[in-house]
Amino acid sequence: MTPVLVVGIYLLLLLGLGVLCSRFFRGTSADFFVASRSIGPFVLLMSVFGTTMTAFALVGSTGKAYVAGIGTYGLMASWSGLIHSAIFFLVGIKLWALGKRYGYMTQCQFFRDRFESSNLGYVLFPMLVALVVPYLLIGIMGAGAVLEGVTGAKGAKPAAFPELFASNNGAVPPWLTGLVISLVVLAYVFLAGVRGAAWANTFQTLVFMATGIVAFALIADALGGLKAASQAVETNAPQHLAREGKIGRWHFFSYLFIPLSVGMFPHLFQNWLTARSAKSFRLTVVAHPLFIMIVWVPCVLIGIWAAGIPLGVPVEKQNVVLGVMVRKLLDNPWLTGLLTAGILAAIMSSLDSQFMCIGTMFTKDIVVHAVGEKRFTDKQLLWLGRGFVIAIVAVTYTISLFAEGKGIFPLAVWCFSGFGALFPIVLAAVYWRRATKAGVYAALVVTAGVWFYFFRASGYGGEYLLLTDLFAENKAHPDHPTEGIMPVAVMFAACAATLVVVSLMTRPPSEQTIHKFFPRALEGVPTN
Amino acid sequence: MKPTHTIWLLVALLFILHQDFWLWSDRTLVFGFMPVGLLYHAGFSVAAALVWLLAVKFAWPKTIEDWATDEKRDE
Repeated sequence: MTPVLVVGIYLLLLLGLGVLCSRFFRGTSADFFVASRSIGPFVLLMSVFGTTMTAFALVGSTGKAYVAGIGTYGLMASWSGLIHSAIFFLVGIKLWALGKRYGYMTQCQFFRDRFESSNLGYVLFPMLVALVVPYLLIGIMGAGAVLEGVTGAKGAKPAAFPELFASNNGAVPPWLTGLVISLVVLAYVFLAGVRGAAWANTFQTLVFMATGIVAFALIADALGGLKAASQAVETNAPQHLAREGKIGRWHFFSYLFIPLSVGMFPHLFQNWLTARSAKSFRLTVVAHPLFIMIVWVPCVLIGIWAAGIPLGVPVEKQNVVLGVMVRKLLDNPWLTGLLTAGILAAIMSSLDSQFMCIGTMFTKDIVVHAVGEKRFTDKQLLWLGRGFVIAIVAVTYTISLFAEGKGIFPLAVWCFSGFGALFPIVLAAVYWRRATKAGVYAALVVTAGVWFYFFRASGYGGEYLLLTDLFAENKAHPDHPTEGIMPVAVMFAACAATLVVVSLMTRPPSEQTIHKFFPRALEGVPTN
Repeated sequence: MKPTHTIWLLVALLFILHQDFWLWSDRTLVFGFMPVGLLYHAGFSVAAALVWLLAVKFAWPKTIEDWATDEKRDE
């Protein structure tokens, strides 16, 4: 009961922050959609970091390390630290400048202008939304899994609500957790738009980073100290201390295409546009790899320690490992509640930006684009945006009720793969003047086809590697190959090759477009 | 060599150093608790931050700010 009370207090604090932030809300659609482009370096860093780190960062990383060992960090975190910052520096700053100068609020607005095609938005929009919705589900379902793990029975410890939630063995049911966090996020986004999300993200990022460190310290202490915890792994699960037999070399290398997804995330694009100036990006570019390290190293260690206990959680339920570790090892219900709130903070700091961005896209890319901006007053645009945010929250929550049964991690990889595969399009848009409308259309169609082919081959959402038959190390366990190529590498290559070949075969963009998007001021960025 | 070129060479070097094949099967616990492969990649994250610090300091796009906010001059 106490952990749920702590989570309740945390959610009330978040609502209070939303109300406070709404007092700074300027009441305009520009403030609702891009915070009047006024966000400074610290809030931008926290907002971007909070948005990129979802349930996946705390829950997924612990679960993955529980199964695959320490290679999880090199596979996901250190690649991300390098590549995310590269994209912020090389792509994000350019898109911010173009967005500020030409008044863009969504990705589709930029791509429509850059590739001289109004209809491009109608092709790109459903693809982006289709890839973001699973990402939203990951958050809602992840939150449900965590609270269920924390409040459920474990060993001699009874469940938190044996009578109230008897049908769920006394644990808080995922549908209720999903409903509550969806409503809380909706409240502060509705009240203050992107600024509300940015402020909430700053608070939530601080909470979940502190939570990870506190969880790490307390769990280490409960296991008899750092040395005792790791030496138990050495005794009971030594294979978790190295990559050999867990993550193959080609798998490890080809995973680099996954973090490229941040270049195409529509919610991150919107975050970039909120920056007050280009200088606001400096702190984000430098601190992002360090923040990833601060969150991921403790979680990966907790994951391998769970394997060393051994915890006894089956591999297919890896996402409950962190929740079970907290509940099993920490007797203090207040601390359990605090840690649970931290995990929810990581999840909600992504949900808010995603809800906000889809609401903005429906408003700007579909309704306003079709009807015309001049048909609406600014007040009407604001309420249109709010209406779409409510609708997307309701639809996503409803889908989450029917999406139980698949692990959140495999869903995440396919979502990231789609965005990562489309990265050549945004890179070409800002660096290659010869990229054409036909090239982009062809690249979108080919990438969607290749993505769906592999998604289907994986059994619609499982982990999946290519060319596994070529590697001898898979012969011992053909059902769970550890070596192979990530499908996203092939998707990326297909997208890039199609874009280049078709662009070179078709008429280049007009001189006017070239001058608009490749002015001398942006040439050679970064300059010396 | 220009500072910018040095920075991009360092970034390329990081991509190579990420492939820690020499630690492939090393299960050493540094300080008695930290797996050497994990410590290496934590250090890699710090190195990445330092390289991006150099990029921000020596390869910053100086004219981009003025261009983005100057509506009088599509110069």
